[in-house]
Amino acid sequence: MVPTAYYLILAAMLFSIGIAAFLIKRNVITIFISIELMLNAVNLTFVAFAHMWHQVSGQIFVFFVMVVAAAEAAVGLAIILSIFRTRQTLNVDEIDLMKS
Amino acid sequence: MNPMPASYLWFIPLLPFAGFLINGTLGRRLPRAVVGTVALFFTALPAALVAWLWMTMCAAGAPSSIESVIRPSGYEWIAITGFHADFAFSVDHLTMIMLAVVTGVGFLIHIYSVGYMGHEEGTWRFFAYLNLFMFFMSVLVLAANFLLLFVGWEGVGLCSYLLIGFYFKKTSAANAGKKAFIVNRIGDFGFLLAMFLLIAHFGSLGFTQVFSAIAQHPEWQDAQFLTAIALLLVLGAAGKSAQIPLYIWLPDAMEGPTPVSALIHAATMVTAGVYMVARCHVLFNSSPVALTVVACIGAATALFAASIGMVQHDIKRVLAYSTISQLGYMFLACGVGAYAAGIFHLLTHAFFKALLFLAAGSVIHALSGEQDMRKMGGLRTRTPITFWTMSAGVFAIAGIPPFAGFFSKDEILYRTFTSPNPLHIVLWLAGLLTAGMTSFYMFRLWFKTFFGEPRVDPHANAHHSIHESPWIMLLPLCILALFSVAGGWIGIPAALGGNNGIERFLGPVFANGAAGEAVVSTSGHGLELALAAISVLVALGGFYIAYVFYCEKPGTAAALAERHQPAYNLVNHKYWVDEFYNASLITPLLMFTRGVLELVFERGVVNGSARASASATRGLAWLTRKQISGNIRSYAGWLAIGAAAVIAVMVFGNSLWGHL
Repeated sequence: MVPTAYYLILAAMLFSIGIAAFLIKRNVITIFISIELMLNAVNLTFVAFAHMWHQVSGQIFVFFVMVVAAAEAAVGLAIILSIFRTRQTLNVDEIDLMKS
Repeated sequence: MNPMPASYLWFIPLLPFAGFLINGTLGRRLPRAVVGTVALFFTALPAALVAWLWMTMCAAGAPSSIESVIRPSGYEWIAITGFHADFAFSVDHLTMIMLAVVTGVGFLIHIYSVGYMGHEEGTWRFFAYLNLFMFFMSVLVLAANFLLLFVGWEGVGLCSYLLIGFYFKKTSAANAGKKAFIVNRIGDFGFLLAMFLLIAHFGSLGFTQVFSAIAQHPEWQDAQFLTAIALLLVLGAAGKSAQIPLYIWLPDAMEGPTPVSALIHAATMVTAGVYMVARCHVLFNSSPVALTVVACIGAATALFAASIGMVQHDIKRVLAYSTISQLGYMFLACGVGAYAAGIFHLLTHAFFKALLFLAAGSVIHALSGEQDMRKMGGLRTRTPITFWTMSAGVFAIAGIPPFAGFFSKDEILYRTFTSPNPLHIVLWLAGLLTAGMTSFYMFRLWFKTFFGEPRVDPHANAHHSIHESPWIMLLPLCILALFSVAGGWIGIPAALGGNNGIERFLGPVFANGAAGEAVVSTSGHGLELALAAISVLVALGGFYIAYVFYCEKPGTAAALAERHQPAYNLVNHKYWVDEFYNASLITPLLMFTRGVLELVFERGVVNGSARASASATRGLAWLTRKQISGNIRSYAGWLAIGAAAVIAVMVFGNSLWGHL
């Protein structure tokens, strides 16, 4: 029986790696992947707590998150594709149209 | 005749106000004839009402009863705990005389103005202001409390400002209007303070309440607060009535049209200060200090202004200084307790000074706007009616019997001589000297304008021959001339076989005052006759000197001025009073304004705070704008920091706030 704390530590590490990658990486696709990593870290905590408390609602939440993440991946990849088509780059530092 | 219902009293001021509203709103689109008719109609009706009021009073027999007959209950104006004031009018003998002057002379001057202002631009504006003035002046004399009097007081000041600056395109006229307004503000400041003191000490501003309270407390004689109130009121009166030290606005006020000078700056508004002092005689009688101040201011102003008037060349300025001087006479009368004599002089002065101004206007009209007496002369035959009417005015003001001015001036001199005031001989001498000067400068004006060779500039009048004025201007002149001749006969003293009607008429008003009353009965008629003879001799002396200087040997005056250059310069420059005020008050004030107020306050505090708030906003904007970098990773960083902060609050917050 693996203690719940281990799952949580793993989740925290995954989440931190996600944040670090999100902040450091310049490629949009890498950033996108780091978002997925953070989402899955959260999913892991949900599952861990659901197991600990013997509650099924945590696992159902994970399914919701997966559905949303899939939809988000579809939309996000479409946006990335159109950005690449118009600007021939995926470097976020160069995608600064909103800069005042 | 039925007595006039008291409620009709409201129409005396409100009718001219209606005229003001009509001419003020529609006048621009109305033809000239209609504007003039409206103005005349709405001043004729109040005059008729006042005539009715007089008949009511005469029918009632004993004049002392009118005060109770006509006293309309006021509409409540201000009602708070501990103080209340009404829109209340009261009528007594003093008010009756003032009303007669204001509506009667006012109406005559309105008639004259229709002729005089006929060619001017913006006649509607002129008549609207003039009617507004009649409204405020009626309010001033009818008011039953200080506050309502103050409303009229300020209102006539406003109309004075508007009418002096009537030719507002002329810088000098606009400046003169401002000067009059600002100098009057100084006086009004004193009036306001006096009212505050009255409220503090009496809890009321009603004439009846205040004066009966003073009458009921004989121990208040010489009380310091009464002296303070009286002196502050004197400051107000000095501003309005152009007395030292606030007289400087009146000569400049001659920039206004001549009918305005006649109505506002000779006959009515400037006498408001005298009226106010007479109205408050109970207050002033309780304060000998204030009375002495009034007498000294009056005598000094009379002498001072008369001496300046002797060397002026502008016909209207001579009359302006003469007005200041005569107002000084009225102040002198009030200061020695001879209020009835002061009001008598106010009445006769209203007649002859209005006449003199209107006649001067007629002369100016005849010469197409020339005001310099050096360019007049020989007008006797060219404008005969103006000449004869003006002669009546000149003889009246010079104090030649039996013209009106003689009786009132003589009464004042006599009362000054016999007054118990320790300074009475000095005051009397000042008055006598003034009488001589008055006679001199008036006959100087008379000779220079109407006698001798015509000195009219031929080029200036090439296209416009010298002409007598139309009948609409001459009619008021003739009526006023009649009053200037005969107006004094209502006050022939007992020594000359009269019964001094005006003094008796005003008796009930001033019964509890009149410091000189006791002396009058003890001194015989011999003294009065001797004093009258002296003043007539002085007046004739003035006439003779003027005759020698300006008729017999025309070069004498210039030669005399040449020989006494410093003295002549001093007087000719009006004792450098304007320059003195400029250097001592206006320049330091301007320096303070520009140096301290503008640099420190305006630029430092006002502009500074505005700029500080602007740059604070800009700085904040700069800070927040830095967040909108367009860099996704920086957004994400902020997001992470924010999320971390939320978590930190959720985790540690409870324990933190739990302690607070």
